[in-house]
Amino acid sequence: MIKSIFKFMGAILLSLTVMSVNATPVDTYEFKSAENQQRALELAHSLRCPQCQNQNLIDSNSQVAQDLRLEVYQMVDAGKDYDEVIEFMTSRYGDFVLYKPRMEPKTYILWLGPIGLLVLGLCIGFIFVRKQRISQVEDQGISAEEQKELDRLLNRDAK
Amino acid sequence: MKKLILFIPLILVMGMGGFLYKGLFLNPKLLDSALEGKPIPVFQLERLEDSSEIITNETLKGKVSLLNVWATWCPSCKYEHPYLMRFARQNTLPIYGINYRDERDSALRELNILGDPYTKNIYDHNGRLGLDLGVYGAPESFLVDHNGIIRFRYAGPIDQRVWDETLLPMIKQLQAVAKEEGAS
Repeated sequence: MIKSIFKFMGAILLSLTVMSVNATPVDTYEFKSAENQQRALELAHSLRCPQCQNQNLIDSNSQVAQDLRLEVYQMVDAGKDYDEVIEFMTSRYGDFVLYKPRMEPKTYILWLGPIGLLVLGLCIGFIFVRKQRISQVEDQGISAEEQKELDRLLNRDAK
Repeated sequence: MKKLILFIPLILVMGMGGFLYKGLFLNPKLLDSALEGKPIPVFQLERLEDSSEIITNETLKGKVSLLNVWATWCPSCKYEHPYLMRFARQNTLPIYGINYRDERDSALRELNILGDPYTKNIYDHNGRLGLDLGVYGAPESFLVDHNGIIRFRYAGPIDQRVWDETLLPMIKQLQAVAKEEGAS
């Protein structure tokens, strides 16, 4: 009986701690409009937390992510557009914060590489298949000598 | 000639292997700073030691200096502290502290107990300057030239090795340039 009371109290305590961890002031931010909120959340989702590396600004609870999240929310609410927010972030933290790299000379190989490889693969495949077909056609021809031998064998079996 | 062509895939794979192998040893913690080559962000903040004194980005111009982001809540800063004390005694360059997201009382107490390597401390209580500097953790250090341009960012604690191998050569070089241009 006492044991189960302890368990129950433990569970309450645990859920309280979990709740308090999530209740940061940033996350109670009130947007001017629902449209702003959606836009800001999308942006924060597309930005990487500079400290935790494998989480976006929404997922991460680190101090830096919280600050940047708040910054994004405020910028969106102040009417800043997508490019302005991205510029704000990359001018401080570099291209690293972008999950989706920008298209620029430095990243051409990243964007175009897979397409290039696909084209190369198709070309090689095409040449390979063509070559095989040609050699098959060639193989079908037999010399006069071979034809003679073949005739001889056929004749022998026919007898 | 024809046989040579057969080796092309092997060469391609080896090239890619080499590239990926190199990637294994890159340190993801060492991000390029987007601010190298740019001026220190504009700011106006209280001095930690004296709230009536205002430090601005203009204060940092004129001399090659080191900006060190630190806080009492940061364990690596404690590791770094004795080294900073040593470098401060050698008087190579002014070291400015950015007391990042900290409480004034605890920061001052810690400096009293452990010693104060800083020429001046900038009290960045809400982390705004840190955010503008692209700081993502403490300690971080910025090498600033006499024109107030950030020349190098080092993320992580500075120790003797980092100082000798990375920072000191750059400091000497920047100071030589500063001297040439007539700054002290």
